Amino acid sequence: MKATVLVRPKAGILDPQGQAVASSLRHLGFALGDARVGRLVELELATEDEGEARSQVERMCEQLLANPLIESYEIELHAAT
Amino acid sequence: MSATATEPGPRVVVVAFPGSNDDRDAELALRGLGADVYRVWHAENELPPGTAAVVLPGGFSYGDYLRCGAIARFSPVMGSVVRFALDGGLVLGICNGFQILTEARLLPGALRPNASLSFVCRDVGLHVTEVTGPFTSRCGERKRLTMPVKHGDGCWFADPETVDELEASGQIVLRYAPGENPNGAVADVAGVRNPLGNVFGLMPHPEHAVDPLLGSTDGELILGSLVDAARMSSAAPV
Repeated sequence: MKATVLVRPKAGILDPQGQAVASSLRHLGFALGDARVGRLVELELATEDEGEARSQVERMCEQLLANPLIESYEIELHAAT
Repeated sequence: MSATATEPGPRVVVVAFPGSNDDRDAELALRGLGADVYRVWHAENELPPGTAAVVLPGGFSYGDYLRCGAIARFSPVMGSVVRFALDGGLVLGICNGFQILTEARLLPGALRPNASLSFVCRDVGLHVTEVTGPFTSRCGERKRLTMPVKHGDGCWFADPETVDELEASGQIVLRYAPGENPNGAVADVAGVRNPLGNVFGLMPHPEHAVDPLLGSTDGELILGSLVDAARMSSAAPV
């Protein structure tokens, strides 16, 4: 299976990258409020079992891909094509 | 109790990760303070016998990929460093070393990109809030220190409840002086220790403040305290 992991700065955490992006977009003439910048990780997994895949990716997130103190994550799974 | 000329100093390990760049400066500073310094490559599984303290130096381990310190935390030597720390061994993390210790959950909080998004490299005024522990015992009445910072990701963060707990338990050992916070760190935190007091991490660089030519010798107070504590722990019966 393939997995897409979205890692975001948790709500309430200062996100200076997001602030810089928002400021640049305003300079370009776009009207907007906040921007938040996270990270996207695409994974090719060795399993085709959805339950097993989710459990593996959750452990990856807890151990390495996200720091739970400051980041939240979302996992999307796709069948490999 | 002072060491004689023939007595070797306490064995202090400086770990070098791929991308560390302050390991030699740390070695030089600690050796100047009388430590028997071993520089250990991160791929080693074990610490040398008789290790009395471990220093994780500054730098950009693994290119700061993913998050600063997140990958170095899984280096082979870190298993031994974590066991050493959990057994009460003295561990000091400087800058990237501090980031690695928070990622390894040996120290509270996390280090985020500077609020300014700019790399900062300058001397900062610091306030020592605890002068009794193994990392600050030489400070005595000297509560105001000057040491350089040089980092892009030094914005220490913890939620307000955690900050309150750390304040109440005296774990916020080092703060930026009022108006000198270079990175937006919550509660002006420049350095924190674990509850037991044997693990300490800080963003400023004591190893770059050990000679009048460098503008400050205040770093000797931190590293000298560590060498004193390491000497006492290696002299203690096992």
